[in-house]
Amino acid sequence: MADEDTKRAAFGALVEGVLAHEGRATAEQRARAYRNSDVPSPLGTLIGKVATRPAQVTLGDFDAAKAAGFSEDQLFELVIAAAVGQSARQYEAALAALAEATANGEAG
Amino acid sequence: MRLEILNRGYSPGTKLLFALIRTFSGQPVPDAAKVVFYRPDFYGAQAKKFTHEAMRGPSAWSVADRELMAAYVSKVNECAFCIGAHTATAGQAHRDGGKVQAVLTDLESAPIEDGLRATLRMLGKLTREGTADAEDMRQVLSAGVSRQQIEDALAVCAAFNTTDRLADAFGFELLSPDGFEAGAKYLLKRGYR
Repeated sequence: MADEDTKRAAFGALVEGVLAHEGRATAEQRARAYRNSDVPSPLGTLIGKVATRPAQVTLGDFDAAKAAGFSEDQLFELVIAAAVGQSARQYEAALAALAEATANGEAG
Repeated sequence: MRLEILNRGYSPGTKLLFALIRTFSGQPVPDAAKVVFYRPDFYGAQAKKFTHEAMRGPSAWSVADRELMAAYVSKVNECAFCIGAHTATAGQAHRDGGKVQAVLTDLESAPIEDGLRATLRMLGKLTREGTADAEDMRQVLSAGVSRQQIEDALAVCAAFNTTDRLADAFGFELLSPDGFEAGAKYLLKRGYR
């Protein structure tokens, strides 16, 4: 158990840093990017692509977000928040599925 | 990269470090390394800790198998930079580049153990569809993989589902084959810290 706790704790610290540490984007903006929800366009286009189809991100997506007033440092944070958020949802879903599969001592 | 701050926004000390890396390796500093050096308090410091723990921390999976998982997840994500980096690293770690290529070409016919194959199959579904269910996990368990091994594999998957996204979003520049091989040698010697 110690090893898996160490890995999960390290991921938790990463999430905590992205969402709660001081940043150039507001905590609310980072939380929305992390959830990939309620992010107005054009930023929403960039964040949605990072979460679900990152290979389709273009320089134009960044330029559109900058034209809407976001700085490069804010976009650095918000892109990372979107990537970590999508990864976290997948990690949590898989761990929940594993817990269900191993409930009642099915396997260990 | 698509943000100028990631190309030029580093402290003098970090710029000196990058210059030393270029001098001693004979290769450009990979964009994957640059990203974790930019404002490390926000992301890089914790990302390095988590990735190192997942890839080099205690596990029943070998480093070679975890690098193969990283390459496979990156292949499913179609992330060219991370496919190049971790195909090279897994190939060096396994001392069998052909086996790594076989896994990336056709998982079902590749010459690997059934437990690893079942694990990669589950990681592929999780990465492609964004979720997995208990039946997916039972199939991996029934191939002889322990619960702890699955948890360890999921940590690798989480690390690369993050890094692959950043590579594609920020636009990491591809390295030459020699550059990827040099990076692989470094990752196997020093890890992700």
